[in-house]
Amino acid sequence: MKIVVLIKEVPDTWGERRLDLETGLTDRATATPVLDEIDERAVEAALAFADAHPGTEVVALTMAPASAAATVRKALAMGATSAVHVVDDALRGADLLLTADVLAAAIRRAGFDLVIAGNLSTDGGGGVLPAMVAEMLGVPNLTALSTLELSDDSVAGERVSDAGTMRVSAALPAVVSITEAMPEGRFTTFKGIMAAKKKPYETVDATALGVEPEDPAVPRYIMLSVSERPPRAAGVKITDEGDAAEKLAAFLADEGVLR
Amino acid sequence: MTVALVLLEVMPDGALAASSAGLLAAADQVGEPVAVIVGPADAAEEAAGLGAVRVLTADADPDALTLPVVDALAAAVARESPDLVLASNSVESRDAIARLAARLRLPLAADVVGLDRDELGIVARHSAFGGAFTVEGAPTFGPLVVTLRPGAVTERLDAQPVVVERLEVVASGVPAGRVESFSEPAAPSSRPELRGARIVVAGGRGVGSRENFALVEQLADVLGAAVGASRAAVDAGYVPAAAQVGQTGVTVSPRLYIALGISGAIQHRAGMQTATTIVAVDKDPEAPIFAIADFGIVGDLFTVVPHLISALEAPKK
Ligand SMILES: Cc1cc2nc3c(=O)[nH]c(=O)nc-3n(C[C@H](O)[C@H](O)[C@H](O)COP(=O)(O)OP(=O)(O)OC[C@H]3O[C@@H](n4cnc5c(N)ncnc54)[C@H](O)[C@@H]3O)c2cc1C
Ligand SMILES: Nc1ncnc2c1ncn2[C@@H]1O[C@H](COP(=O)(O)O)[C@@H](O)[C@H]1O
Repeated sequence: MKIVVLIKEVPDTWGERRLDLETGLTDRATATPVLDEIDERAVEAALAFADAHPGTEVVALTMAPASAAATVRKALAMGATSAVHVVDDALRGADLLLTADVLAAAIRRAGFDLVIAGNLSTDGGGGVLPAMVAEMLGVPNLTALSTLELSDDSVAGERVSDAGTMRVSAALPAVVSITEAMPEGRFTTFKGIMAAKKKPYETVDATALGVEPEDPAVPRYIMLSVSERPPRAAGVKITDEGDAAEKLAAFLADEGVLR
Repeated sequence: MTVALVLLEVMPDGALAASSAGLLAAADQVGEPVAVIVGPADAAEEAAGLGAVRVLTADADPDALTLPVVDALAAAVARESPDLVLASNSVESRDAIARLAARLRLPLAADVVGLDRDELGIVARHSAFGGAFTVEGAPTFGPLVVTLRPGAVTERLDAQPVVVERLEVVASGVPAGRVESFSEPAAPSSRPELRGARIVVAGGRGVGSRENFALVEQLADVLGAAVGASRAAVDAGYVPAAAQVGQTGVTVSPRLYIALGISGAIQHRAGMQTATTIVAVDKDPEAPIFAIADFGIVGDLFTVVPHLISALEAPKK
């Protein structure tokens, strides 16, 4: 079994996250880059299967600037078998279609039985990439899984949508995405970090994948403007001395929110 | 007149999803809203009532995931040559529209909060990093595929005469996942939906237990509010995951947000800090939620909330 896990480096949600008001891209200077928590869970899901099924190969794949190498190494230190890192200056600010093209090409090149992604990245991707990649690969998508059961030829799990809870399944090969209801990523150990240094780590560019980032015939989604909202200020803060609820009720009445 | 195709979702009870009205209103900013309904066509009348000028319907295998909807949308695009294809950024619609964009090689704008049209074409607006930034984007040329954040558009259109047209769909034959079993939510709630709610009352770890969470719900009912929660409350099993507000939960922007026993971690604030008025009750005077609260009470929620409920109910009697 070969599992490709899609991983993304994002600005740490615990820190200040900014967009560069000139380029509209994430301001990498202010942010602490980390492996997205949901992708740690995706790696964990693959490793949990690999632990129980020796011979399983887990490939961590990302499209990110060269500086994301430490984040990719984290997935290797957790236990992934190898890594593929797509690096290309021409991919800076890539839109969703181009990103999906690149990831699908890299997955096809690596070979796969299953692709595992996060359901939503924390830096605002919108959770559409897994299904886009599935379409490009011509395979089924099972997204937003809160449980994952994998066998040699099929994948299944529970999926919650607005309509209700369903059990879904698909024959392999397939693309799945998981939610944060899945177990947290395991901690890296010193041994894991040392072992990661010796694992296969391949860097490729768009051309090697047969993707043309600047093809004028393909429509792109481009950023027009970025603006910042002023931060929120604190208002009244009182300590309850038995009458706080009455004061709050009066405040709400004054605000005109009650009807 | 240009066409703006809108994918509408039908819920298990046969009614349209709550997102439908906002989708049609958003699409109307760009072109004539033409609805696409995949599955039982009974909801077509409701779609016209929400402003769809025409409703395109297609049959589908209800047990096949996503692909029947993609095939129907592809047929609708071929027939209508729309400037916009719009769907909700919900678990179901998002997959279908993502596959459509990949199949037709169209640019995709995800999790949009508003649409406009200027002399150069469509402009889509996004709210990034918990509303701290607003980003606008546009396609370089051709039609744009968009997912709309549920609840983001509150405008409503006037009803239109019911015009239903059948879509001829050629199945793509791309393998699909299967729905093996399905269960609807235990008791469909009579409370407003969290996304798009005017008032949200949310509880966190400080609420302490699933039983105690009834207090949060009681206040919500007095205010006619939706119920929200922090991730800690969801993880502890006080409430289902659908109630989670924040970075990896629902983003809300209500008129009033009341946080009870929620410390206000940065990831929680990312989902609610654009509320017009924020109220917080927390025992810890240092809780970060107070930094953004318009009215903060340092106190025990188990004394403050029951008092508040009586104070709010008093004038009604
Ligand atoms: C990638 C990532 C994504 C995340 N996404 C989300 C998200 O979407 N939503 C989210 O909420 N969190 C999210 N989190 C988690 C977040 O960091 C916090 O852990 C979480 O919000 C804490 O929830 P809480 O405020 O309920 O709990 P706590 O931080 O434990 O706060 C509980 C509060 O209750 C108060 N309290 C206790 N008893 C009482 C009482 N009797 N009366 C009054 N007050 C009382 C305490 O003083 C405390 O301030 C995310 C974290 C990460 C890393
Ligand atoms: N640049 C990327 N490289 C690798 N995987 C990605 C990338 N962007 C998104 N993904 C994957 O797609 C999932 C959903 O991301 P998004 O569509 O951005 O919300 C993430 O959790 C990742 O698994």
